[in-house]
Amino acid sequence: MYQGIRIAGFGGQGVISAGILLAQAGVENKKNASWLPSYGPEMRGGTANCSVVVSDGEVYTPIVSAPDTVIVMNEPSLPKFEPIIKKGGLLIINSSLVNSRPARTDITTVCVPCNQIAEGLGMDRIANLVALGAFIKLTGAVTLESVEHAMKKVYKRAKPEMLELNKQALQAGYDAVK
Amino acid sequence: MTEKTLRKGNEALAEGAIRAGARFFAGYPITPQNEVPEYMSAFMADAGGAFVQAESEVAAVNMVYGAAATGTRSMTSSSSPGISLKQEGITYLASADLPCLIVNVMRGGPGLGSIAGAQGDYFQATRGGGNGDYHVIVLAPNSVEELGNFPKLGFELAEKYRMPCMILADGILGQMMESMAFNFDPVDPNTLGKFDWAVDIHKNGRAKNNVFSYKGDNLIADVVERSKRYGLIEKTEPRWEERDAEDCDVLLVAYGLSSRACLEAVNKAKEEGVKVGLFRPITLWPFPSRRLAELAAKAKGVLSVEQSLGQLVQDVKLAVNGRTPVYLNAYPAGGQPDGASILTAVHSILNGGKEGLFDLQEHAEGFVYECKRDSRLGIQGDLKGGK
Repeated sequence: MYQGIRIAGFGGQGVISAGILLAQAGVENKKNASWLPSYGPEMRGGTANCSVVVSDGEVYTPIVSAPDTVIVMNEPSLPKFEPIIKKGGLLIINSSLVNSRPARTDITTVCVPCNQIAEGLGMDRIANLVALGAFIKLTGAVTLESVEHAMKKVYKRAKPEMLELNKQALQAGYDAVK
Repeated sequence: MTEKTLRKGNEALAEGAIRAGARFFAGYPITPQNEVPEYMSAFMADAGGAFVQAESEVAAVNMVYGAAATGTRSMTSSSSPGISLKQEGITYLASADLPCLIVNVMRGGPGLGSIAGAQGDYFQATRGGGNGDYHVIVLAPNSVEELGNFPKLGFELAEKYRMPCMILADGILGQMMESMAFNFDPVDPNTLGKFDWAVDIHKNGRAKNNVFSYKGDNLIADVVERSKRYGLIEKTEPRWEERDAEDCDVLLVAYGLSSRACLEAVNKAKEEGVKVGLFRPITLWPFPSRRLAELAAKAKGVLSVEQSLGQLVQDVKLAVNGRTPVYLNAYPAGGQPDGASILTAVHSILNGGKEGLFDLQEHAEGFVYECKRDSRLGIQGDLKGGK
């Protein structure tokens, strides 16, 4: 298994932190994992994204230029990342905020209303975890339990009730994919 | 030994240095290595050492000169343009025979360049960088784990041969997170014993130690004497890694992050039934020339894969010495290789193509460059000229 993933959205949507969580979950699953933020002169309110690799073997370069999976959390990220997805790859769209749909037919597209589901749980900000839950259901790259373990390491100062809410968001995203 | 944890490259490096017994750090901020001084500022004092944010890169390297003269494990870190500024201090450290660790987390260049990861400082690192006849030992990690473990190796080599050691990483390695483990227990520098040359407070009336970088009339003898150490290092200290390198048609040569993209190419080629191997120098100086020459003799072609415009390839050519054709696959100024683009170059070598192979003179083919001056715009230096 070699999964190259790009997670993209607005700064503040938690795409960078979802990436760290995924990489940490990979490590919890005894896999090799890498994480790389897109760093540079990024614009406030602009798009942020990160590259994550989870692999049974070695991680080659951490820059995922042809991702197996892309998670798109906002509208501007779709045209940016749709063209680089591997043929036969997976595109997860946050349909709460993204109205457009991809033109490509050689990829699998799954729409998840991440913000809507997160709001249903009482907190808009955990939409990133809903998306991560959907990703886990679709790829099996890591286990749900490993992300729950990873949360404690990545969000060291989070209150127990917040961790619980995060878990619910993860599960809701997982269940949202049939 | 530690359990594998997810760490950012720069933080692994800083933690690795403190674990290796570094007790003096001076630096000046620059992207993409800012997490190194940040980490040092948080944890160096707890380890009983000193962290200084200097007023400039030049000041930082000269503080390292002073601290290293006392025998303290001392280091500085920066990124490309900052390392350029430090070159004066590095050549003085070499002249004074002082061990220290210098870290370059490379970015795009020349000049201010960009903050993208790059490998454009190969010449600067391996050819001295500063003035005069000297070398620094250059270690090139290709993973967060090596970034964390090389400071200890670097200090040990630097102290053994009394010279600066450089860790040459790049922006991506510094910024990425990866699972890693330290392969050594923390070193307590107070248990290491003193150097007989170190400047310190002493009793019992021993002769006082002086550290000089200026050799006066003894310069020739001094440089010739020091070169014996360099010769010994070239003989005994080269380090490298090989993958499928014994039996391959095309041998890739790459260090640092590029070597990981090469691994992808090696594995993809295997699926295609093409025999591609990888030779990864871990020490860039001393360059592992002898082993590379042996391996290259069995291959049809050797391909230097580098994030620079023909720097590593020069050492490859020196090692191979004309016995096997040497090609260049270049990604300068922040360009990033991947398995597919490297494979394109491999196929070009095997099928006599050109795609992916860079040649400076072919690159200039059909291009004419003129020095353009126009007297209608005025005369150079004439402030009244023009309209």
